[in-house]
Amino acid sequence: MGGFFKSSIGRKFAMALSAFFLMFFLLQHFAINFTSVFSGETFNEVSHFMGTNPLIQFVLQPILIFGVIYHFVMGIILELQNRNARQISYAKNNGGANSTWMSRNMIWTGLAILAFMGLHFYDFWFPEINTKFIEGDWSGLHDGEFRYYHELQEKFLSPVRVGLYVLAFVFLALHLLHGFNSAFQSVGANNKYTRGLKLFGKLYAILIPLGFVVIALYHHFNHNH
Amino acid sequence: MALDSKTPEGPLAEKWTNHKNKIDLVNPANKRHIDVIVVGTGLAGGSAAATLAELGYNVKAFCFQDSPRRAHSIAAQGGINAAKNYQGDGDSTYRLFYDTVKGGDYRSREENVYRLAEVSANIIDQCVAQGVPFARDYGGLLDNRSFGGVLVSRTFYAKGQTGQQLLLGAYSAMNRQIGRGKIKMYNRHEMLDVVIVNGKARGIITRNLVNGKIERHSAHAVVLGTGGYGNVFFLSTNAMGSNVTAAWKAHKRGAFFANPCYTQIHPTCIPVSGDHQSKLTLMSESLRNDGRIWVPKKKEDVMAIREGKLKPTDLAEEDRDYYLERRYPAFGNLVPRDVASRAAKERCDAGFGVNATGEAVYLDFAAAIERYGKEQAHIKGLDEDDADLVKKLGKDVVKAKYGNLFQMYEKIVDQNPYETPMMIYPAVHYTMGGIWVDYNLMTTVPGLYCIGEANFSDHGANRLGASALMQGLADGYFVLPYTIGDYLSDDIRTGPISTDSPEFEAAEKNVTEIINKLVNNKGSHTVDYFHKKLGKIMWNKCGMSRNETDLKSAISEIAELRKAFWEDVKVPGTADEFNEELAKAMRVADFLELGELFAKDALHREESAGGHFREEHQTEEGEAKRRKEFQFVSAWEYKGEPKDAELHKEDLVYENIKVKERSYK
Amino acid sequence: MNLTLKIWRQKNASDKGKLVDYLINDVSPDMSFLEMLDVLNDKLITDGDEPVAFDHDCREGICGMCSLYINGEAHGPDRGVTTCQLHMRKFTDGDTIYIEPFRAKAFPVIKDLVVDRSAFDRIQHAGGFISVNTSGNTQDANSIPISKHAADEAMDAATCIGCGACVASCKNSSAMLFVGAKVSQYALLPQGQVEAADRVLNMVKQMDEEGFGNCTNTGACEIECPKGISLENIARMNTEYLKASLKG
Repeated sequence: MGGFFKSSIGRKFAMALSAFFLMFFLLQHFAINFTSVFSGETFNEVSHFMGTNPLIQFVLQPILIFGVIYHFVMGIILELQNRNARQISYAKNNGGANSTWMSRNMIWTGLAILAFMGLHFYDFWFPEINTKFIEGDWSGLHDGEFRYYHELQEKFLSPVRVGLYVLAFVFLALHLLHGFNSAFQSVGANNKYTRGLKLFGKLYAILIPLGFVVIALYHHFNHNH
Repeated sequence: MALDSKTPEGPLAEKWTNHKNKIDLVNPANKRHIDVIVVGTGLAGGSAAATLAELGYNVKAFCFQDSPRRAHSIAAQGGINAAKNYQGDGDSTYRLFYDTVKGGDYRSREENVYRLAEVSANIIDQCVAQGVPFARDYGGLLDNRSFGGVLVSRTFYAKGQTGQQLLLGAYSAMNRQIGRGKIKMYNRHEMLDVVIVNGKARGIITRNLVNGKIERHSAHAVVLGTGGYGNVFFLSTNAMGSNVTAAWKAHKRGAFFANPCYTQIHPTCIPVSGDHQSKLTLMSESLRNDGRIWVPKKKEDVMAIREGKLKPTDLAEEDRDYYLERRYPAFGNLVPRDVASRAAKERCDAGFGVNATGEAVYLDFAAAIERYGKEQAHIKGLDEDDADLVKKLGKDVVKAKYGNLFQMYEKIVDQNPYETPMMIYPAVHYTMGGIWVDYNLMTTVPGLYCIGEANFSDHGANRLGASALMQGLADGYFVLPYTIGDYLSDDIRTGPISTDSPEFEAAEKNVTEIINKLVNNKGSHTVDYFHKKLGKIMWNKCGMSRNETDLKSAISEIAELRKAFWEDVKVPGTADEFNEELAKAMRVADFLELGELFAKDALHREESAGGHFREEHQTEEGEAKRRKEFQFVSAWEYKGEPKDAELHKEDLVYENIKVKERSYK
Repeated sequence: MNLTLKIWRQKNASDKGKLVDYLINDVSPDMSFLEMLDVLNDKLITDGDEPVAFDHDCREGICGMCSLYINGEAHGPDRGVTTCQLHMRKFTDGDTIYIEPFRAKAFPVIKDLVVDRSAFDRIQHAGGFISVNTSGNTQDANSIPISKHAADEAMDAATCIGCGACVASCKNSSAMLFVGAKVSQYALLPQGQVEAADRVLNMVKQMDEEGFGNCTNTGACEIECPKGISLENIARMNTEYLKASLKG
């Protein structure tokens, strides 16, 4: 097993495994956020649970952070290796004839998502960390009420931010449109039994980011103080 | 020099076993000290190199391609024969032997052919063990198909790519030995001479095609598996690089060249489309199972078709001449290759050819599509009178059987063969002639062996379909590795062969001089110009039918062309770089010599047998007439000019088979 | 028809190389692409220029020797064909055609359009075989029944001609389709099981050492493969590799 993660196929596996984890995370993130459209109360309760449960905070959160970092660091390393594997590029290359734009530009969609994550962390994660770990406030309360729903709505006031979020989700969709099925291919799930999976992958790649867009827009247009 | 075929004593069926029991062997410890050179990595050379290395010899293998996997054996489509009798249809070693000798028009050596039939079954076992994915039936057992000229189903196949799969099998066996260091592989190397030291073949001179470096390689024995010389015709189904150089150099160093005029002209190839044509593409013989061959009956219809005013599908049944069915009612469209080819030529020469050049006949699947369509409609309980439905169902059946061939045809000709008949014409495909070898596959030069298509041995004057792959692998896997031990057992104390001897020096000098002459010639015509001219002479005068006048003029024309080539050929570039024109020039120079010997052999052979048809020797109905006086192998010894070659005869004795007339009426 | 060709010219491995323009007239639509280059070369030689070097041999789509990158695609714009099977009727009068060598660090240029693909051979040396010696006593070919489905699938993988179009088309110059096809052929057959783990580990190791890029599943290789080798073979290799790694 020693050389596995140093080999091209091993790294491919690792990229896929981290991708699975991130896609699962995305799904639950979406599910929780989506409750905010129906019920601020539910959203608050679930958010508080996620934000204070020790298992999630001290076990799953570090794994998630590791997964994110691994995925983008390895993605960049592989991209550099791949570029090195062809030192003189073609004068004319018709990539569109044999592959999708998404598959050829994972590095760019990925970097765009990374940039978005910077914004997203600035918006939500850093303040959370600050509140909980620096200030030591684990109550989740602000003026005697859960603060989560309120903070969410505050963030989506700015049309610029909402625009950036929507754009980021377009990149996420593009990334997932190739990434979802690519991850399954990487772990060897490509045969006659997996035809349905491909359709599911496409639906996931479009519906989840679309759902996030809907949430962002919903809060932007349904802001109530 | 008397030719000794060294065939063993005893009853036919026991000869090979007895021979193996009696010949000398080299013990495993000594094999480590013996080097063998194998030139060519097709089915014969590749399988021989791998097997010799498995036995423990140090093998050096050479090919001119960029990888041994690309040798032209890879292009064989149909299949490989073996007397396995898996179908239980009465096949046996004797029957395969009988079919092969008869198919070869009684011009092959009985003992060799029997041995070939004997080891054929081992080949299939070996290839399956290597992971060759032969076609299987639903029970998981190996499937067979039938091929022309035989009454049993004994052909094993892997789709239409049997040659490819068998070659990749041999290549994989080579890879294993290359990985172990037992084979040293030299890709992009061309052999340009054999080195004879004290009367024995002890090495070769090669040119590295990447940097032009001339190299000396020594060994205790040299094996040539360098394929056929069909490219002497310029246009053939051979690969562009297929050449006679290795065999011809061996001939010039003392190896006799046997039956050079025996050439197989395959009836179903895609016709020539213009002067730019560089090669011809074969359409598998299997198409004749379902296709009907015809030309129009009336000249005016021919003209209208050529001018594009009439479509072949518009021609009424009674205006079509299904000439094979007319001339050979018993075998019809399934007559052997030589007969089908000559019949096509006869019609085209009479002015009935259906394309612009007048050199094409139709191969029509309309009847098969209708027949299969009706059958399917019946099976499925649909309306058998619905013409559109029948056509659709029939097309599906034809597509399942020949889909890849139809697609290949459409890519090349840009016509849909499901809708309009294919156009086909015969083309040079395989050469039965080659370097003369004895029963041990050794040439007349001690220590120089020749295997596969490059030798003359097993197919006589005509080769049956699916037998070339069988012979190549039989020679390489199962015959040569045994017989070469008998010779090498004398070499266990010889030690390494030095390449510093005067013989190597002289051979290298000879090669360098030729190369320098070519690159410094600065003439006015390209190599292809001469090659095409040679091809025209060969095709027109030594092609499907030959006569004394033409052959005589061919001999002098080729000699003149050769002279012109050396005076006026233009080879660009230098000797010390990648220079394909130079490589081509070296090959064409040898074709220009071989062509002359070819014509001389054809002139000398005053009979018609298999692929060799002499117009002077035909029956009243225009069929080939074999002559008892010519029941021998013509082995030619080089004497300076090709036309001065000296004939040695090896009489062919048939003790186990009755020599009969071939009739397909 | 008349065409403008932009052809990569490079004297030898150490030369820098550049695209050179050539005009060629009266090209017949019935010519194959390589025959068109033959005509060009004939003219170049007659005019005292150096002909364009390119690899080719069987000219019927099976040897895998021809290797051109034409107008941005391996083996040109047609599907399911090698360059030698590409015909000029796929182009129109007045077209400009880019002709470049297959590009990858693992496929260094030898001259003009000729590249060195011996990396493929070395991968095969590492494990592309079943270790069985030649003997007249190998067990009977029918002694192990193999399901038709498995045999057909193995055959589909085995049709790879080793041309390198997969590497040339891949934006990462990855050789996984080539290696996957060979690994799959043996993985699908019972004969290949004994050495399955060593085979895939050794072949992948060699592949990585040759400097090919990583597979990112763009699928370009499958589309450009003249023999239609499926991406499923890469997926199969991935699982074979995982299985082998877990065992080892």
